[in-house]
Amino acid sequence: MRTRNKLLHCALALAIGTALSGPFTANAMDASDAPDLITIDSLTNLYGPVEFDHAMHADLADCALCHHHTTGIPAQDPNCLRCHATSGEADTVACADCHTADRFNKDYLESLDDPMLYHVDKPGLKGAYHINCIGCHVEVGAPSGCQDCHVMNDSGQQMFKTGDYAPDPQDHNNGGH
Amino acid sequence: MKKTVSRRAFLKGGLAGTVAATTLLNSKSSEAAGSFEGYPEGMGVLVDLTRCVGCRSCEAACNLEQGLPEPAKPFDDYSVFDEIKHGEKRRTDETRYTVVNSYDVPGMEHPLFRKVQCNHCQEPACLTSCFVNAYTKTPEGAVIYNSKVCVGCRTCMVACPFYIPTFKYSSAFDPKIMKCIFCYDTRLKDGLPPACVEACPQEALTFGKRSDMIEAGRQRIKMNPDKYVDHIYGEHEVGGTAWMYLSSAPFDKVGFDTHVPKEPILNSVKDFLSIVPMVLTIWPGLFVGFHLLATRKDAAKKIEEEKKEVKS
Ligand code: SF4
Ligand code: SF4
Repeated sequence: MRTRNKLLHCALALAIGTALSGPFTANAMDASDAPDLITIDSLTNLYGPVEFDHAMHADLADCALCHHHTTGIPAQDPNCLRCHATSGEADTVACADCHTADRFNKDYLESLDDPMLYHVDKPGLKGAYHINCIGCHVEVGAPSGCQDCHVMNDSGQQMFKTGDYAPDPQDHNNGGH
Repeated sequence: MKKTVSRRAFLKGGLAGTVAATTLLNSKSSEAAGSFEGYPEGMGVLVDLTRCVGCRSCEAACNLEQGLPEPAKPFDDYSVFDEIKHGEKRRTDETRYTVVNSYDVPGMEHPLFRKVQCNHCQEPACLTSCFVNAYTKTPEGAVIYNSKVCVGCRTCMVACPFYIPTFKYSSAFDPKIMKCIFCYDTRLKDGLPPACVEACPQEALTFGKRSDMIEAGRQRIKMNPDKYVDHIYGEHEVGGTAWMYLSSAPFDKVGFDTHVPKEPILNSVKDFLSIVPMVLTIWPGLFVGFHLLATRKDAAKKIEEEKKEVKS
């Protein structure tokens, strides 16, 4: 039951997102330092913004499960502890400040060649959100379908050929291949 | 019931009559028709099946980017995972350069999803088998093609170990190879990731230098030995592919052909290809070629299988 609890605790606190880039000055950081509700709008080309209830998720999860070592609470993963056992609170806890939104651009990829860099396989912002959010949601039985969190907008429907842009079944049932 | 014949069986069958000329095979003197060593600095994609959630965003993005025809079902329709045709799950064709299939793995709570597209081999069998040099492996890692020179002989279709190239016959005289080109024209050549990679919410598709992708794969396996099968599919298969895979289930349980040879397919066909340098003058030879490609690929596979059996 332990891991399940941990995961429950983890739930979703990850997604502090772009909205949270303000500086934190307090030494001991907890959820009260963060806004209760955070609007994540990095995918608005296809979906409406997601209103993330940070307060609710912070009640369910340890900060570290989403914020790793950055809030000053040591992370549990022994591998992280190798460097971050005493690294204290980071200058920023916002997801977007470490997980780049433009994960595969040339300059970023080149920056990974730095031989001193350890985190060479760090997910980008979108990946970090989804891997953490969905991973936990599936584990605890929280909603995990795309549109449980995202409402698709018109350009999303166009790309997914759905809703107003759904194919007409008439055009496709000519027995073809 | 209508009898169905697999595409390959059909090709093989139709060509079997021309086997007579196989004796030509013994000539080993001349150079290979095509030879290619691969670009070590090319880009690649690491596909992590443990991350994929089967959302089909990659399929939708590909359709849009490549201007492909309207699909039969919306891309957010997940009933496609139940589609079985000729006993097979969905595969790529001239209307879709990539498909995602779902696999129920015994003992696993959730299905695993596997994205299929051209693997952009380091030493592509399609390229080396093509008599008119329609294919190019670009330094960036993409295997692209020139439809204008293609004569529609379908050799590449038979040669490809992953059954990827398909053809569009808009007119009998204008066949057109159709397959994933790694978004070369619109993205890769400018250093951008392909559309599917960019669309993937889960970063199940990680884009970077192929050598870095192998590193990343090894690292993920090392950090999570309980989660992953200790193998990067595509690191060595058919001489290496630009698209490579990590999985939490044995690869043969999630649709991968684990019997493909470790060497480039070319090695098993180039003896033959060396004696057919020009296509138009020697059609009979060409047809023998078809047959050989098919049988040799199988033969190579069998050897691989036997090797495995001996080992285990
Ligand atoms: S997967 Fe097939 S089509 Fe793609 S490069 Fe390899 S041989 Fe060619
Ligand atoms: S977009 Fe990513 S997560 Fe979604 S089906 Fe494709 S590979 Fe899987």
